Amino acid sequence: MSDNLLELRGISKAFDGKTILQELDLNIKSNEFVTLLGPSGCGKTTTLRIVGGFEKPDTGSVIFNGEDITALAPEKRHINTVFQKYALFPHMNVEENIAFGLKIKKKSKEYIKDKIKYALKLVDLDGFEKRKPNSLSGGQQQRIAIARAIVNEPEILLLDEPLGALDLKLRQDMQSELIRLKNELGITFIYVTHDQEEALTMSDKIVVMHRGLVQQIGTPKDIYDEPCNAFVADFIGDSNLLKGKMLDDRLVEFLGERVICVDEGFGKNEPVDIVIRPEDVEINEVGKGIVNGVVKNILYKGANYEMTVEAGGFDWLIHNTVAYPVGSMVSLYVKPFNIQIMKQMDESEMILDEDMENETYE
Amino acid sequence: MVKNVFGRIYIGLIMLFLYAPIVVLIVLSFNNSKSRAKWGGFTLKWYSELFDNSIVMDALWTTLTLAILSAVIATVLGLLGAIGIDAMKKRNYQIMLGATNIPMLNADIVTGIALMLFMVRFLPLGFSTMLIAHITFNIPYVIFSILPKLQQIDVSVYEAARDLGANSVKAFWKVIIPIIKPGITSGFLLAVTMSLDDFIITYFTRGAGVNTLSTVIYGEIRRGIKPEMYSLSTILFLMVLIVLVMSNRASKKQVK
Ligand SMILES: Nc1ncnc2c1ncn2[C@@H]1O[C@H](COP(=O)(O)OP(=O)(O)OP(=O)(O)O)[C@@H](O)[C@H]1O
Ligand SMILES: [Mg+2]
Repeated sequence: MSDNLLELRGISKAFDGKTILQELDLNIKSNEFVTLLGPSGCGKTTTLRIVGGFEKPDTGSVIFNGEDITALAPEKRHINTVFQKYALFPHMNVEENIAFGLKIKKKSKEYIKDKIKYALKLVDLDGFEKRKPNSLSGGQQQRIAIARAIVNEPEILLLDEPLGALDLKLRQDMQSELIRLKNELGITFIYVTHDQEEALTMSDKIVVMHRGLVQQIGTPKDIYDEPCNAFVADFIGDSNLLKGKMLDDRLVEFLGERVICVDEGFGKNEPVDIVIRPEDVEINEVGKGIVNGVVKNILYKGANYEMTVEAGGFDWLIHNTVAYPVGSMVSLYVKPFNIQIMKQMDESEMILDEDMENETYE
Repeated sequence: MVKNVFGRIYIGLIMLFLYAPIVVLIVLSFNNSKSRAKWGGFTLKWYSELFDNSIVMDALWTTLTLAILSAVIATVLGLLGAIGIDAMKKRNYQIMLGATNIPMLNADIVTGIALMLFMVRFLPLGFSTMLIAHITFNIPYVIFSILPKLQQIDVSVYEAARDLGANSVKAFWKVIIPIIKPGITSGFLLAVTMSLDDFIITYFTRGAGVNTLSTVIYGEIRRGIKPEMYSLSTILFLMVLIVLVMSNRASKKQVK
C-alpha cells in the first residue's frame, strides 16, 4: 500500500468532444499543500471537480485512502470545497451557513455552537454570526466559505482560486492565513490558481498544467530552478528563452556562441530550448562574457534594476543591483550551472496566447 | 407645469374609466332601492339575500375550491416545469419558453372551446373539467414567476450543499426551494387571482348545475339585473383585490 491520501490515475475528460484532461496522474500525500497551476482553460477547475465528485472522468480513477471513489457522490466524500465564487447560501445568515453541513450530519446543538464559534475565531470574524452573506465584503465572504468548509473536518480541502477577487493586500493576508490554517488543522489542501507567485509562495508541491496535460510536478524550487520544458520556464517567473543546439555533453551552442554548460545525455547536435533566469545573467566589461551587447532600457524595480540588453540579436531580460546607463556597451555572462537546457517542445504547444482564444466559456 | 397638468388629467381619466364603474357598482350594492338612478339609503339587504341564496353560496364555495385547488396543483406542476425548462439547452429552452407563452396570449374563448372539445371525449363536463382547465391556464403564470428566480441561482450554491453532505433531494429542499420561494408564492397567488377572475374558460368547461361566481353573475344578468348581483360582483372584486395585494407583498419581499 502506498502512503498517498489521494491518487488520480489516468484521468481523462472531454466536453462536447473536446479533450480537456488527458491521462492525468497525480499523487497527494496527507497534509500536503498542492497547487494546480496553469493558464486559463487548462483544466484546473475540471480536475478539482473530479476530485470533489461534481464531474465524472471519462476514463481513469480517483483513489482516496486506497479506495476507489470515482463513482461516489460528492456528499459521501470526506472532501470539502471552497468554490471559486464562494457559493454561500444567500437565504441563510453566517451562522446558518456554517452550521449547514453539521446539521445534516445531525451533530448536537452544543457541538454546532462550539464549532461555529471556533471557526469564526479561526477566520477572524467573531461577531458576524447573524450577518447575511450579501452584507459582507468579498474577503469576508471568502473567509466564511472557508469556515463553512473546515467545520466539517474534511481530510482534503479543495480551493478554487479563492483569492482571485481580492486586492493585493488582502490577498497576501489571506495567503498567510491559509498556510496557518493548514498547519493548525493538518488538512490536505488542493489549491487552484493561475497566479504563479501565489503558487510559489504557498505550496509544498506544484502541478503545472497546460492544455489538460501535466507539464511538471515538483516543489516550488524544483519548478523554478529546473523547469522541465520551455512552457514551464516561461509560465513560472521571468525568463530568457533561447533556441540552441547541443554540440556535445556539456557544450551547447546558442546565438552563434559555443558555451560550456553542465547538461549531459542529449543527442549530438540535438536542437534544445535554453532557459536563463534574469537574475542569473551577469554583466561584465565588453569582451569578458559570452556575448557583447548594448543596454536598451532600464527600469528601477525597488530591490533591483530591470534591464533589457540587446546581445547576439536577442533582447535579454536582466535583473541586477547595479545600474548600467542606456546605450552602454556590456558583455553578458552566465555560469554553466545557471544555463537550463531542455528538450524542445512542439512549437504549437509553446504559444501561450492561443489559450486566450479558448476562453469563451463562463 | 404643463406636464403636471397633463399628468393629472391622464390619471383622472384612468381613474374615471377603470375605477368609476367599480365604485358605482359597489355603491349600488349598498343602495336601499331597486332603481339604479336613485339613492334609497344604506342597506346590507342585498348581501344578506345573497347569503341566503343557496345557488350563490354553492358558487362561492366552488369558486374558492377551484381557485385554491387549481393554484396548488398548477404551482407544483409549474415548479417542475420551470426547473425542467431552466435545465434545458439554449434551443429547447427557447422553444419551451414560446410554448409557455402562447397559452397566455391566446384568446380565452379559443382556449375555452378547445379545452372543452378536448375533454368531453373522456370526461363528463363538471367540476373536474373546470379544474383541469384552470390548472392548464394557470401553469404558465407559475412558470414565469419562478423561472427568473431559478435563473438567478448560481449552480455552485446547489453544489456547495452537496459538498457539505446534502444528497440531491435535501440540497433541493434546503437550498433551491428557499431561494426561489418568493417566486413560488407570487406564482401561486397569481394563479389564485387568475382562477377567481376567469369567466370565459370556466363558462365553456363547466357542466350543467356547476357554477362559479362569475357564471352565476352572467346567468342572472341575462335574466335582468338584480341588486344582489351588485353585491356578488363586489365580493368577487374584493377577493381578487385581496389576493393581488398579497401577491404584491410577496414580490416586494423578494426585492428586499
Ligand atoms: N461543463 C462544461 N461543458 C463544456 N465545456 C466545459 C465544461 N466545463 C469546462 N469546460 C471546458 O473545459 C476547459 C477547461 O475548463 P476549466 O474550468 O477546468 O479551466 P480552468 O483551468 O479552471 O480555467 P480558469 O483558470 O479560467 O478557471 C475550458 O475550455 C472549458 O471551456
Ligand atoms: Mg477555473
